[in-house]
Amino acid sequence: MSDSLLEVRGLSKGFPGVRALAGVDFTVRRGEIHALMGENGAGKSTLIKVLTGVYERDAGDTRLEGKTIFPRSPREAEACGISTVYQEVNLIPDLSVAENICLGRQPTVFGNIRWGAITRRAKQALARLELDLDPSRQLSACSIAIQQMVALARAMDVSAKLLILDEPTSSLDEREVGELFKVIRKLRDDGMGIVFVTHFMDQVYSVTNRITVLRNGELVGEYPTAELPRLELVARMIGKDAKEVAAMESQHPGVQSIREGEPFLEVKNFGRKGSIAPLDLSIRPGEVVGLAGLLGSGRTETARIIFGVDKPDSGEMFLDGERVTISSPRAAIRRRIAFTAEDRKVDGIIPNLSIRENIVLALQASRGAWAKLSRAKQDELADRFIKALRVKTPGPEQLIKNLSGGNQQKVLLGRWLATEPRLIILDEPTRGIDVGAKAEIEKLITELRRDGLAILFISSELEEVVRTSQRVVILRDRKKVGELAGEAISEHAIMSQIAAPTAESKDVLHA
Amino acid sequence: MKRINPKYIPLAATALVMIALYVLGCLLYPNFGSLRVVVNLFGDNAFLGIAAVGGTFVILSGGIDLSVGAVIAFIGILIASLISGGMPPMVAIALALVVGTVFGAAQGSLIRFFDLPPFLVTLGGMFLMRGLAFVVRAESLAIKHRFYQQTIRQLAIPLAPRIAIPFTAICFIAVVIVATYICIYTRFGRNVYSIGSSENSALLMGVPVGSTKIGIYALAGFFSALAGCVSTFYMQSGNPASFVGLELDAIAAVVIGGTLLTGGVGFVPGTLMGVLILGLIQTLITFQGNLNTWWTKIAIGVLLLLFIVLQKSISGARRA
Amino acid sequence: MLNAANILFWAVLAALLFFARRQRIFWPLLALTLLLLFNQLFTPGFFNLELREGHLYGTRIDILKHGGTVMLVALGMTLVIATGGVDLSVGAVMAVAGAVLAQAAAVHQQSAGVAMLLALVVSLGLGAWNGLLVAGIGIQPIVATLILMVAGRGIAQLITEGQIINFTNPALVYIANGYFLGLPFACTLVLVLLAATYALTRATALGLFIESVGDNDVASRYAGVNARFVKFTAYVFAGFCAGLAGLVAASDIKSADANHAGLYAELDAILAVVIGGTALTGGRFYLLGSIVGAFLIQTLTTTMYARNVSADIAPVPKALVVIAVCLLQSEKARRCFTRFLPRKSPAAPTANAKAGS
Repeated sequence: MSDSLLEVRGLSKGFPGVRALAGVDFTVRRGEIHALMGENGAGKSTLIKVLTGVYERDAGDTRLEGKTIFPRSPREAEACGISTVYQEVNLIPDLSVAENICLGRQPTVFGNIRWGAITRRAKQALARLELDLDPSRQLSACSIAIQQMVALARAMDVSAKLLILDEPTSSLDEREVGELFKVIRKLRDDGMGIVFVTHFMDQVYSVTNRITVLRNGELVGEYPTAELPRLELVARMIGKDAKEVAAMESQHPGVQSIREGEPFLEVKNFGRKGSIAPLDLSIRPGEVVGLAGLLGSGRTETARIIFGVDKPDSGEMFLDGERVTISSPRAAIRRRIAFTAEDRKVDGIIPNLSIRENIVLALQASRGAWAKLSRAKQDELADRFIKALRVKTPGPEQLIKNLSGGNQQKVLLGRWLATEPRLIILDEPTRGIDVGAKAEIEKLITELRRDGLAILFISSELEEVVRTSQRVVILRDRKKVGELAGEAISEHAIMSQIAAPTAESKDVLHA
Repeated sequence: MKRINPKYIPLAATALVMIALYVLGCLLYPNFGSLRVVVNLFGDNAFLGIAAVGGTFVILSGGIDLSVGAVIAFIGILIASLISGGMPPMVAIALALVVGTVFGAAQGSLIRFFDLPPFLVTLGGMFLMRGLAFVVRAESLAIKHRFYQQTIRQLAIPLAPRIAIPFTAICFIAVVIVATYICIYTRFGRNVYSIGSSENSALLMGVPVGSTKIGIYALAGFFSALAGCVSTFYMQSGNPASFVGLELDAIAAVVIGGTLLTGGVGFVPGTLMGVLILGLIQTLITFQGNLNTWWTKIAIGVLLLLFIVLQKSISGARRA
Repeated sequence: MLNAANILFWAVLAALLFFARRQRIFWPLLALTLLLLFNQLFTPGFFNLELREGHLYGTRIDILKHGGTVMLVALGMTLVIATGGVDLSVGAVMAVAGAVLAQAAAVHQQSAGVAMLLALVVSLGLGAWNGLLVAGIGIQPIVATLILMVAGRGIAQLITEGQIINFTNPALVYIANGYFLGLPFACTLVLVLLAATYALTRATALGLFIESVGDNDVASRYAGVNARFVKFTAYVFAGFCAGLAGLVAASDIKSADANHAGLYAELDAILAVVIGGTALTGGRFYLLGSIVGAFLIQTLTTTMYARNVSADIAPVPKALVVIAVCLLQSEKARRCFTRFLPRKSPAAPTANAKAGS
């Protein structure tokens, strides 16, 4: 294609034990905004990091304007004409706005930085974005939205041909998003190629021309935005093809019966600004409540405020009908709530401790330091959960970091079951583990439900949610948008609610 | 509406403390305000000041350098031995500066290439330099050379009858000016700030993090070596056992001077004020007569605490 | 040279090495053994051992005696480092403890027991101060303990009023100079503290909490571990250990010297801990390893001494040990070196790949 700006062919990148990208093709044309879509682990970040020279590719070919490029550092990528704005603002908080725009390429005479020229250049760059901002202001004194705009100004200060925006809108409000879109539409009209990574459906449909979908490190396909219905996009992202989607219409809904009785947990108008809009939610003993929504829809945020990691700023919480305030994970555990976090490696496992130690940790913590569980009791607990949860390991003294992801997840589940919780919050328990282990975890969840536990189950795999939940709460763009129960639960029903456009946001985005 | 940039608050606090100490001294003791006291403040603290300026770069980048005191002692005895061995002083000084810079670059390379913690690497550097100082010569050695006994004195700038700015003070002031320039007007200087503020961002923004890190420790090594040279001008001798624990005073001066120990925020002139504050405390206690030297350490500790808590509250407020 | 006692000594060491062959402690122990072997072969008189008046004398006994203070400090430091922190103030705390001891015993004529108790209570207080700054306010450990490192010696001098205070109280002199069961009393003290530390960390769940906090702070808090309490306790304990070491150091010279007591003790202790296998980044800790590390440092110093190398040059080999230990613990350095060695087995896939979006 003659007007193609960036052509990526057969790009592969692996990490020890993981294949992050497998032979991906990706094309961006001049004057288009191209959405890069995919769920967790799809390979979006890896693709971007290879393009910007943070990672080195294992195989594949990248051409920019027909010339093969091979950036080995962000600086080289920039020199080729690829600029990037990252999701977490990657700027220097302690320097001024102007300096952040020019860092690393300050105008100098004989090695002497010309501050006047820096300020002028920064003003120009900010003016291009129609941003009224004092360039001498310290970056950390600006709001995240402004910082994001500064990052954009920096990206455009070099004569960039390709602009990559990696989830630039995740911390912006609607008006700010509108501003941003005005700018990138202008850039597009100037002939720049723009790669736009986001998980907000509405934004994809309001601003992009084309969509490339990745899944599990592989290319699913490239589609003109106008020709890909929302439902189908969601289907592609979660790994269904069009036929399956059609079949789903008639698919038998969830077989779960609705539980009666008093809820164990009930929250009313519960929310936190910037994380999740106030919502109502209740879970009964012996019930699995699914929390469905795309990445970034507020699933994890909901779990975090229930478990006391973040403080809610509105609403109230009841346990067994009694009003409670939970201010820390310790307080939550005391109330017999358990939480397996989404990022196992960062928030879950203690990597250099043994399986046994990882299993007893939460129970021991709830008993305090002085009432140590005897070694015999520890061994018994470890053996019991290794057996009950079918953890594949040579023995309880293995370091947990040497286990596979699925087995690590089972150990973490064991850690919480040892505390005999009444509510367990599972945030993406099946993420990044193989199919067999997924099925086992799902089976375990059902067993636990039968034992009378209340379970809040978060997953991007809709089939799992449908198969295991009695009720499903649907989140979109950090809001609760619907709730399904019993027979009404089906993948199709959930997807329609996730994909439905929001009326009010549409107006803003197209303004 | 323009808010005061919070990064200037510690600097303002430093200036206030410095002025308050000086005014206090002037009110308590009639001679305190004399020109001679001020001149001596610069001259007596010159080598500490130069080392602290080097330390400022390291701390700005988020690192730490424990080798300062040992390097000064090593360079001092090295110069003394070389000169007494017949080498011309200028050659000996030039050689010493090269040795210091290379040593600093070596420390930086270990930190850069093997991701070693600066704390341990410079700790090793400290042991090495202290030991090598004794290898060069096990006891102190006076420098008897015309350059030292006459030229250095002639280089002083007379201010008033019988009061002159000593050459050591001139070196100190020159270093402060040059370092301030490097910090503000060179890309290297700005890179130091960016690494200290957010190393990951700096990397993604195309800052040459690796070579800058080596450069920072090389520069710190150079300044430590220069401080060693200045110490020989001041002492007219070299002593392998001297300046034990000077690195602590240097770090304290940097922190009291408003540089964030976590890196990213700080000013060389602040370090100058930090050094002067340490000097003022010392002078006050000397003037007082029956207060003892240990109050210096306690006062420095209290100031450190105040500044660290101040920094913590500012950075905490920023994050919230 | 090789008499029955020495043969027994080597047999015991060899047995220790054999039993520790799969333990973390093997490497520091091996280094220690090699250093001793060097002395057995090349340093005349090093392995002499005499029994006089029921007390053992010899270079190896000197090592036990003089290594005592670093070992005591290292035990506390081990726990602090295991939480992912560091305590720079232990040397200053030693000086303060010595000063309080001497002032109470010599100037205020208190009994040995009261003087020691006072010194230890003050040390606990200083440890609590550090703990408050680190765990309470959340200041970086290096920065927080720097304050006391600077001010502590001033406080010690304030207590002694700048004098070197001598004391003669036999009970106090006994701490470092006395013999118990044929060995220097300092050894007994180290053994008792080692046992106490072991009990504190392993008979309770504190050790597990310390390791989990040091290994993964966030995950530990999610699992309900009270990370603040754990860190606070570690600093208090380190203060106590430093205080005990301060008593031994003061007793050794029968006086309190606020300027020199515990000078560089923090650096030696950190080095001992790192040699012993505890990583500076925190996590798993090895109490016995730290003791062996302290042994190694002291043996190195004593070796230099026995070989008539000036004590002043002793820092040079120490510097080399620091760098060597750093490089051995550095993932990146290890990868660099193994690239040049023939590979025995393909590296197991590491679980910490940063993949995904």
